[in-house]
Order: sequence, then structure tokens, then C-alpha cells
Amino acid sequence: MLGLGKKDTTLVLLVACLTMLAPFLLNPFPEGSAMAQFNAGYPDLMQRFVIFGIFAIGFNILFGLTGYLSFGHAAFLGIGSYAAVWMFKLLSMNVIPAILLAVVMSGLFALLIGFISLRRSGIYFSILTLAFAQMMFALAYSVLTPITGGETGLQLAPDDPRVLDTATSASGNIPVPGLFGMEMRDTAKLELGSWVFTFNVGYYFSAIVMLISFYLAIRIFRSPFGMMLRAVKSNQQRVNYTGLNARPYTLAAFVISGMYAGLAGGLMASMDPLAGAERMFWTASGEVVLMTILGGAGTLIGPVLGAGMIKYMENIISKINSDILHSWFAFLPDGLEDFMVAIVYPFIGKGWHLTLGIIFMLVVIFLPGGLVEGGQRIARLFRRKKQAKGDDASKAKQPAE
Amino acid sequence: MDAIILQILNGLDKGSAYALIALGLTLIFGTLGVVNFAHGALFMIGAFCAVTLSRILSISRTYVDETQKDFLGRPLEVKVPYAHDIFGPEMGAAIIDWAVPLSILFAIPVMIAVGVIMERGLIKHFYKRPHADQILVTFGLAIVLQEIIKYYYGANPIPTPAPAAFKGSFDFGAVIGFDANTIIYPYWRLVYFAFAAVIIGAVFAFLQFTTFGMVVRAGMADRETVGLLGINIDKRFTMMFGLAAAVAGLAGVMYAPINSPNYHMGMDFLVLSFVVVVVGGMGSLPGAVLAGFLLGILESFASMKEVINILPGINQIIIYLVAIIILLTRPRGLMGRKGVMEE
Repeated sequence: MLGLGKKDTTLVLLVACLTMLAPFLLNPFPEGSAMAQFNAGYPDLMQRFVIFGIFAIGFNILFGLTGYLSFGHAAFLGIGSYAAVWMFKLLSMNVIPAILLAVVMSGLFALLIGFISLRRSGIYFSILTLAFAQMMFALAYSVLTPITGGETGLQLAPDDPRVLDTATSASGNIPVPGLFGMEMRDTAKLELGSWVFTFNVGYYFSAIVMLISFYLAIRIFRSPFGMMLRAVKSNQQRVNYTGLNARPYTLAAFVISGMYAGLAGGLMASMDPLAGAERMFWTASGEVVLMTILGGAGTLIGPVLGAGMIKYMENIISKINSDILHSWFAFLPDGLEDFMVAIVYPFIGKGWHLTLGIIFMLVVIFLPGGLVEGGQRIARLFRRKKQAKGDDASKAKQPAE
Repeated sequence: MDAIILQILNGLDKGSAYALIALGLTLIFGTLGVVNFAHGALFMIGAFCAVTLSRILSISRTYVDETQKDFLGRPLEVKVPYAHDIFGPEMGAAIIDWAVPLSILFAIPVMIAVGVIMERGLIKHFYKRPHADQILVTFGLAIVLQEIIKYYYGANPIPTPAPAAFKGSFDFGAVIGFDANTIIYPYWRLVYFAFAAVIIGAVFAFLQFTTFGMVVRAGMADRETVGLLGINIDKRFTMMFGLAAAVAGLAGVMYAPINSPNYHMGMDFLVLSFVVVVVGGMGSLPGAVLAGFLLGILESFASMKEVINILPGINQIIIYLVAIIILLTRPRGLMGRKGVMEE
């Protein structure tokens, strides 16, 4: 279907089903129950799942395929956000032009930065991209305040021109981003018994954009271009010796992944029309690296999984407090209960970064292929058991040669 | 003229910190070939060694003094640090006052232990993995170390004052013949610079003039041959990791009075230190030191009012800008050796 192999088609359909049904799947616990805190089916979080999914998919096209580890990818996310907010300010509150400008602008910046950074590889490339991103962060924070809003960030204001749109909505407020009349924050609620499911326009819009970008990523992975990128990763020297210039390919990959980041930034601004410089800080770049590695660099579904997992942990783990812990361990004797709470406490609430760091280290040490490799290993374990049984049976039947 | 001297002086203390961290990074890189993203965390741990020692020293017992009354007329509760009891009141007060310099003694064994544990426990297993994996695992380690410190010490900066003897500023201008109060410079920053110079000198002397250092240098040049000569080079490289950790830690200890330690100070310095290492030339120790001071001074020049008026914001980006220019024009850095991390 659509130029995909059978396996990839199933994968796309699976992801499509999961994202479309996410409001149900992520809300498995009834409202008001003790487990309701593990529900992730609220619009804000679901939007972040898919938007960071796009970011990670794009990062994976660069890191997963070519092996170039960029430590400054958040810069493009920031540029996308700024571009989108400016489009809201100047043109209209429709998200389409905003996102288009976000993608184009980040693509242009990626072309410039990539052209310079890709002259070097390995650790030097990482540091160059880091230097560029930090430079842009510093500029956005200080000198470029007229464009970026500096410390407060770029926000909409009632006196923005908005050429194609009204400056203020009928009620006199600043209008919200929308898509041909549908507002991004519109939500519909469905109550089934004690379950409450929320359907949000912004989420579905982002999810569809993510599906399209996921599809494009698969096409890139399977194309001759993708093969070329993999060749660069496995042995760039050999590529050069066969008379091919690797630079245009890596530059194209860099620009594509920068555009993905810009797209994510544009979407982020569409969901909540403000943009701040902290989105470009290098820890934000580190975050997307974590997502990609955690899910599995170089795999199709890995980055999406990683992004979802990190964002879920960020939201859920940081919400747990010591009272909740006490209720969990309430079945234990008192002394043991306090002991367990004391042990677990550093890892929850504000300590979720610690949990993240530990999980990340464990993944890099033991599972360099990320969650996807973990899944494959488990699957192989089961298959081998089955195969072992099958082998015994077939051996018995086979005549000796 | 006085403005120029002042800026050079201002650049020196930051430059010293950059140089010390970059020196440690380069030691690790040159010996073990590992890109250590957790080096900033070591700097931070050093600073928290100072915090810890000054807290330990000021642990107090409380007793009720019947002879003194507080403003409500009740007997006054007096806190007396145990240090006063052990060393006598005057000596005890002096020890508490000098907590930061004393932390050097405390930090050296702690940092060497941290470094050796880190190398033996984790980094050892990453020699044969790609550089990207090394970066990632040390990056994860940096997050973990940082969060542990944050858990125990909180997220706020902890003021750690220098000894009272070094409070105030030194009128440098008056000494070299300018008007009084044109070039004034805090004493502690002078101390920091002198300290950094001593440490850097000690590291170079250690590598240059001791047998151990000679073996390590030989190992940096050709690890395999040194191993073939029957020398256990791995053990020495582990020691060098401990030494590098100690250098970063000491840089942190002495930096505590300049900038109150907080849990992310390491990360802030790390990015810049990497830039410093790259500018100096990967694997070149003199390059790291030179680039550290150079960039520190350059940064302070870029923050002069006259410069900012011409090029607004230049002080924020000068270091990165220099790094980009250097990497593109002199790929090996200022003093990089041929064949070290060319790709």
C-alpha cells in the first residue's frame, strides 16, 4: 500500500490505530479510582506524545541512519516555534501557514548549520551542533529580543496586525489557533459509566501530521537514499572510495531532520501559541537524544515509543507523592512500609530526572538498541523455545543423509 | 589601558576554571580515549565537597546558657560548633572560617575515589564501544550524579564564603602605577588563579618528571607497545582518571566561593569546557590550558561596554563563534596532534 512493503503497511496501520484510539487506550482506569493518576488520556499530554514523536522521528533520520550525533537539534524546534508564532501574529490564526513557515525556516537554518557542521564528523560534529544551538539560544535570550521576546518569550498580543484575520475575537480576547473554524483547543467529552474520554481537535490534528511524517520517514528508510545514509553510517571511507560524495546525502538528512524538528516546534506553538528560548537550550537537545536512544535509534517505531515513554514518565512519575507511595505500601507492616517509601521516594515526584537518568544509562549499557531491541530479544527468546520444540520434532522425521 | 588590564584579570579566573576542567577532560581523552560528558559533574561534586565540609565543621550542639537572657527574658539557647570544643574557641572559629581551603584536603581522596570507581565500574566497559555510546552513557551518568546531589542538597545555590582574610578586593592598579581604584580585583579570584596555576604546573611536572608520568605519556603515544613491555598500562590509566577527577574536583572546590554551588553548575561549565578542549586541540594538554585562558579572557573582553555597543550580544556567543571558526579553519585545534580523533 502506498509504496510500502507488507510489514511496513501493518506497522503504519498499527500506529494509525493506536494514535486514533489513544484517548481510549490511554485512559484505561475509571475516573476517580486510585489508578486514575496513571491515565494519560488528557489532551495536553497526548499532544506532547505525538509532537515529541515527530521530533524524535526526525532526529532518528539523522542519528539512526547516518550515525551523526547532533547535540543541538532543539534549536530547530525553537526556530519552528518562533516562526509559527510570528505567522499567528502577522497573518492569521490558521495553523497551516504557521506550520509551513516553521518547516521552511527551520529547513533554511538546518541547511546553513548543516553545511558548516557536516564538514567534520564524530565528536567534532556533536560539539559544532551544540555550539550553534547554544549560540542561537544565547542570541534568542538577549540580543534578538525584538524578534524572540527574550526572557518572557514570544506571545500573541491584542494589537497584532493579523492581516487575514481579525485582531481580536468577537469577545474581545486574543483569538486561538485553529484550522478553518475548528479551534485547536476544542474538546469533546464522552462519558461511559465512570470512564471519561476526551477528544481534542489539536491532538487529532497533530496525530494526523505525525502519521504523515511517520509514513514519510518509512519511505526515506526504505529508499535508495536511506540505503546511502546507512552506508555512510557503517563506513564513510568506503563510500568515498567508491567515488561517491557523502556530504550531499548527509546534508539532505540533516535538513530533513531539521525540518521535522521545525514541524514539531510549529505544532507545539499551534497547540499553545507562545515560544520561549528555553526550548532551544541544550538540555532540550539532550532530551530528544534520550528519546531516540531509549526507543531504539535506527528503528522505525523506536523514537515514537521513546518519546511517548519519556513524556509519560515525566507526567506520571512526577505527579506521584509520598502519600500515594504510603497508600501503595500500606499492605506492609508499618516499619517496612516506611522503609520502602524511603527507598522509592528519591525516584518519584521531583526525582523523576534521576529515574530517567538511571533508565537511560541502563539502556545504553545493556540495550544499545533501545526498547525495540529489548522487545526483539524477548520475542526471540519465545521463538527459540518454540523452534527448539519444532526442531526436535522435525529431526525425528528427517532421514539421515 | 587600565580597562584592558582589568578585562585580562577578569578573564583569568573564568579562564582558570575552563583550563582546569579542560585539562582533566584532555587527560581522560588522551589516556583512555573516552569523551567524558560527566566531567562537569565531577567539577560540581568538588564544589559540593566544600559545601559538605563546611557543614560538617559547623555541626553544633545547643545548650541553654542561664547567665544570658534573650529579648523575652528567657535563658538564651546558644549553639556551639563541636569544632570549638575540640580545637578551642579561637582555633575552631579559624577552622570553620577556612573551610573552603581545608576542603582541598577533603576533596582529593573523595574525588580520586569517585574517579576510580567511575572508571572501573562503568567507563572501562565502554572502551571498545563507539564514541557516541561513550558520550551517551557519560551524559546519563552526569544526569544521575546531578540529580543525586540535588536530592541531598536541594535545588538552590548554597553560599559558601571564602575565608575572611580573602574578603575584599585588591587594588591592583595602585601596585603597577595606575590611579588608585581603577583596577580592583577580588582577592579570592587572585587566589583561584594562583591555585589553578599551581595545579596545572603540578600536573605537567608529574607527567614530565616522574617515571609514572613518563609511562603514562608513553601509553598515550602507543598503548600497545607499552603493554608489550610488560607494564600494566590499564592500571596507570585508571590512576590518571582519578587524577583528572581530582583536578576537576579541586577546580570546583575553589570555585565555590566565586559562584555558590548549585546542582547544575557542572553542566553549565561542561559545554564550554568541551568547546575549550576542541579549540585547544583534542588530546593536547598545553592546548587545553592555553585555550582555557584564551577563551576566558576573550569572553571578558567581549563583555566590555564598548564592544557590546558595536556588536550587541557578542559576549554571549563569542566562545561558540571562536570554536566554530577554529574547527573550520584549523580542524585539529590550536595545538592538536596529528592522528588524534581526526574523525
